[in-house]
Amino acid sequence: MLEIKDLTHTYADGHVAVRDVNLTVANGELVSIVGPSGCGKSTLLRCIAGLIRPAEGQVILDGRPADGVPEGLAVVFQDYSRSLLPWLSVRDNVALPLKRRGMSKAQRREAATEALESVGLAAAGGKYPWQLSGGMQQRVSIARALAYRPSLLLMDEPFGSVDAQTREDLEDLTLQVRGGNDMTILLVTHDIDESVYVGDRVVVLGASPGHVRADLPVDLPGPRDQISTRELPEFVRLRAEVGRLVRGVTETTATAAK
Amino acid sequence: MTSMTSTTAPPAVPARGRRRGGIRLAGRLTQRWLPFVLLVGVWEAVTRATASPFFPPPSEIVAATGDLWLSGPAHRLFLTDLAMDNLLPSLGRMLLALAGSAVVGIGVGIALGRSERVFAYLNPILQFSRAVPPPTLVPVFIVLFELGTQMQVASIIFSAIWPILLNTADGARSVTPLQMDTAEVFRLSAVDRIRYIIIPSALPKIFAGLRLALSLSLILMVFSELLPGTSNGIGFQLTDAQSRSDMPAMWSVIVLLGVLGYLLNTILLAVEHRVLDRRRPARTNGKVGA
Repeated sequence: MLEIKDLTHTYADGHVAVRDVNLTVANGELVSIVGPSGCGKSTLLRCIAGLIRPAEGQVILDGRPADGVPEGLAVVFQDYSRSLLPWLSVRDNVALPLKRRGMSKAQRREAATEALESVGLAAAGGKYPWQLSGGMQQRVSIARALAYRPSLLLMDEPFGSVDAQTREDLEDLTLQVRGGNDMTILLVTHDIDESVYVGDRVVVLGASPGHVRADLPVDLPGPRDQISTRELPEFVRLRAEVGRLVRGVTETTATAAK
Repeated sequence: MTSMTSTTAPPAVPARGRRRGGIRLAGRLTQRWLPFVLLVGVWEAVTRATASPFFPPPSEIVAATGDLWLSGPAHRLFLTDLAMDNLLPSLGRMLLALAGSAVVGIGVGIALGRSERVFAYLNPILQFSRAVPPPTLVPVFIVLFELGTQMQVASIIFSAIWPILLNTADGARSVTPLQMDTAEVFRLSAVDRIRYIIIPSALPKIFAGLRLALSLSLILMVFSELLPGTSNGIGFQLTDAQSRSDMPAMWSVIVLLGVLGYLLNTILLAVEHRVLDRRRPARTNGKVGA
């Protein structure tokens, strides 16, 4: 279980990025975090990842307060082209983090190949990241995270730099790999539809400073489907509600949710 | 690494295109060497006309070079005893010093580039040391080190290390932050970070430093052999020929040094292209991720 308690982060220039964020995520849950730009989504994620030490508050993972980067954590960044190493083959990129796992070279290779298969890139292992399209590169990032077998996967606007069709494919891929692995996923996005489509829960952040504005359960049947799920009245209702919350329209639904 | 060729290699060039490419290559070679040939021609004409004993014609220099350095047995690549006894020790000292400069320069450069504290501590010392012209320190090295090889290698290192060190530091400093974040998240060890992220990122800069270091080490190699305590080496042959007033021999050393510098630089460039090209989108037909 991931618990975030009274998390506040102030940058050196005095800018308060997030204030008093409280959030609890159960094991195996997929929580979308959505909010307007500048609401501290990325700051929150970087605090959880241990890349930034929060000014106040705690990140507690499985009962242990996290200090630095927690074990069993993987991140998929938005900027896949800068996150993958251009001088390593796709397979070596996926296998590199496994060195710390005490696996032999053969085991690492095997795990990397397996992870690449699970994202549909079985044939690309020997290529270099820059030989692949953007969507494929982001699949490599996802494979790298999967091979690592994290208990907590953070995704920072992972599909923000790919075209709409690829985006839908990657959303479905996320849902599919999540089904086959026992992990908790936090997905940060600014896309309202995506937050509802992918999440078990949608956490809406408000801006300046970032705070939890609403926490909405998503009661949509699985498996989800790009066409039929998006037609459901519940999907349409949730999307509208999240949309209003993100745009800052405080109407009756929003106050009810808080 | 090998599979890349299969994906980026251009389709086989048809014979006709290849022939045309051959002609183009020949044309480019002519273009490149024409001024050189002209210059040597003018030089030959002028030196023959003036017949100064200090300026032998190039044909005589080339003959002397062949005679002195390159008329040995074939199994020694035609190197004469003189070449074996002077060229090899010089090159050996230079390469030893260059290797030492690379190891220390890259090591300290990475520390300097990645650690603000190391940078703060060392930067003033480095800037000061770098500003001292290396030849002026040679008297100091003569006191500090044994005359001969030790002192010579030390002199070369003190000159060649700076471009490697400062370029490496610059390269290490400019690693993409997201790559370091990724390393942090996946808890890569310090050694793996250096090996898989920092060095590959800094490699183009490191090579730029190595190229500068190579030409500096050639200069200091010759210079250090002009000093007392030297009994062999290319520089030693230069002063020796000069003291014997053997002008063609003296000029042949200069020609030899030019050829040597050109060859070494060409080899380094070839290594650089080999190492850097395989990880870059090929200039012509590489497909860059959208």
